[in-house]
Amino acid sequence: MSKAATVAKKPKKTAGAKKKAADQDLQISAEEVTVGQSFTDKPKMTMRNINVFYSDKQAIHDVSIDIAQNEVIAMIGPSGCGKSTFLRTLNRMNDTVEGCRVEGEICMDGENLYSPKLDVVELRARVGMVFQKPNPFPKSIYENVAYGPKIHGLADTRVDLDEIVENSLKRASLWEEVKERLHQPGTGLSGGQQQRLCIARAIAVSPEVILMDEPCSALDPIATAKIEELIEELSQNFTIAIVTHSMQQAARVSDRTAYFHLGKLVEVNPTEKVFTMPEHKLTEAYITGRFG
Amino acid sequence: MQATNILILILALGIFAFYIGRGRSLALAKPLGGIRNLHSLPSYYGFHTALWCALPSLILLSLWMIFDEPLINSLVMSSMADQLGNTSLATYNLQLNKISNIAEGILGRQGQSDALLAAADYMTQLKVVSRWSLTALMLCLTVIGLLFGWSRINPQFRARPLVEKVMQNLLLACACLAIFTTLGIVLSVLFESIQFFRSVPVHEFVFGLEWSPQTAIREDQVGSSGSFGAVPLFVGTLLVSAVAMVVAVPVGLMSAIYLAEYASKTVRAFAKPALEVLAGIPTVVYGFFAALTVAPFLRELGTSFGLSVSSESALAAGGVMGVMIIPFISSLADDVITAVPQSMRDGSLAMGATQSETVRRVIIPAALPGIVGGIMLAVSRAIGETMIVVMAAGMAAKLTANPLESVTTVTVQIVTLLTGDQEFDSPKTLAAFALGLMLFTVTLLLNIFALHIVKKYREQYE
Repeated sequence: MSKAATVAKKPKKTAGAKKKAADQDLQISAEEVTVGQSFTDKPKMTMRNINVFYSDKQAIHDVSIDIAQNEVIAMIGPSGCGKSTFLRTLNRMNDTVEGCRVEGEICMDGENLYSPKLDVVELRARVGMVFQKPNPFPKSIYENVAYGPKIHGLADTRVDLDEIVENSLKRASLWEEVKERLHQPGTGLSGGQQQRLCIARAIAVSPEVILMDEPCSALDPIATAKIEELIEELSQNFTIAIVTHSMQQAARVSDRTAYFHLGKLVEVNPTEKVFTMPEHKLTEAYITGRFG
Repeated sequence: MQATNILILILALGIFAFYIGRGRSLALAKPLGGIRNLHSLPSYYGFHTALWCALPSLILLSLWMIFDEPLINSLVMSSMADQLGNTSLATYNLQLNKISNIAEGILGRQGQSDALLAAADYMTQLKVVSRWSLTALMLCLTVIGLLFGWSRINPQFRARPLVEKVMQNLLLACACLAIFTTLGIVLSVLFESIQFFRSVPVHEFVFGLEWSPQTAIREDQVGSSGSFGAVPLFVGTLLVSAVAMVVAVPVGLMSAIYLAEYASKTVRAFAKPALEVLAGIPTVVYGFFAALTVAPFLRELGTSFGLSVSSESALAAGGVMGVMIIPFISSLADDVITAVPQSMRDGSLAMGATQSETVRRVIIPAALPGIVGGIMLAVSRAIGETMIVVMAAGMAAKLTANPLESVTTVTVQIVTLLTGDQEFDSPKTLAAFALGLMLFTVTLLLNIFALHIVKKYREQYE
């Protein structure tokens, strides 16, 4: 794999660059290039020279990366490094943020996501998303899962819909816990169950890619373990991009890991390599806990 | 001294007490090494002293004000009991009024009977005694309270919980005030209504289909039998309100959705206050807008379609009322829609729902309780609205469901029954109270009904 030839076009001092002298060696220079294996042979999604701005503030600097079919890619990095912003560009959820502007090219199966011809509704049906805090709708468990299939017209009959709901809940390993109370409110479930409900909701429309934005950060360790197990299972059928604060989690669930620092993609490598022999000194500093 | 002066004096002493209480606690704290050695902050000691100083005398003052006058009156009247003998309540009150008027110098002393003059002098004397004893008592109580509060201050004294407790009770008292006022209104209306129902049977009032409250003054007058069937009035009220809601609910709700979900910041900053201006227009202005602009317009429009529209129609009044109510609904609905967490929107949009699907399937159900609340407020407003209906819907109590005809409403009839010189023992006047009571009951039932609906269909988010 070639190294990404990513040269920042706008050498601009970021807020974080004004760190104290002690952290001098942890600063990231404007001409930094991404090290490691950013690109793959059979990419599901390709991103080239992505810049994201919130009004005048640049949140992502010139990021290029591929996401392969059926892989789990983890994005790690210190707070405010732009990993969530990056994730949200993949299903254009940033559209809803006022003043947010995305430059560069993001393609899924060769189709540009930001071309004016693209239908955002269809894109989001193909790229599902699970959020940091479980956000089930204030409806019954059944209605939560049936929401997507209903708005996309995936079921012609009630029987079809029942089947989709049951399958989705089973794949989210929630079925056994909720099959007796499908018509009770989804908000009555525990936090971990709610998050699995949200995953069931996302997979009910059979997306190709699932984006997870710190899906376990609001959960206890046991619920987290269940979700991680689930991610592993889902990776057989879906491409998953997960943002996480927990390096252990990234190490456990992902095939490849991308390390972000102050809006720049510093290193992308197979997870094992990132956590044993990081190429970049910043990655090493982060995973050894020197900052973050 | 006058009660107001006493009140000012007590408050001034209270403020004084605050400062000396605080001062004493500070003085006590100094040798100990700062206020950290006090149990409470110095201001709490100040408040504590001030409360001891002002609160007992304020309570006494209010009790005195309540019982002062009846006591004096009964003393005066009992002194005159032998002259008066057994008289009716009306004469009793008349005499009492006369006496107090003489005592206050409103009525000249010439030509009054000696007994009355003596009673008036007695009353003046009693009032003077009362005033001075009140002043003296107040001052004593204030000073004693002040000294007591002051003497209790020491570094271990727990002033903070005491002040907290008093504050809590103060808040409770305020809450009770609102409740008792409502209760008082209900009771006063209820008693007058009971009087009305003595002359007109309840069922005739509630189910009667004809409303013509003109009762004869003389026996031989034409139309001497007034009929008090409230149904036409309530049908009229509901008709006008329904027209108003048909206008206000969709427009208000949709503008709220637009403002909350679609409008850019600049549009919102301009449009929201502009909409709320509607609520600030006096209803009289709406009234003549309805009567002079909308009603003739509707009439001409109706004629061009071959419909006969009355020049005072429920449609004109209701339509204009609907416009008036729009801001109530839009403003409240906008607030509750904005309060739905962003995560709900994100969740729905990330599923590939369009913005309007998100609004319909997620936002509205989640915001339903607030929206229904806003609508209920609007309905109450519509039912209670008077001015527009007086001016644009007419006075004729017609039993009709046709919005093109003129109707009248409960509130309009209450106004017409009670304006001008009225005798307060004829059913014609008392009918106003019965109507008020029934209106109150209807709105109450509507509210309970709405609450029930909300409970049943609400989708609660966290």
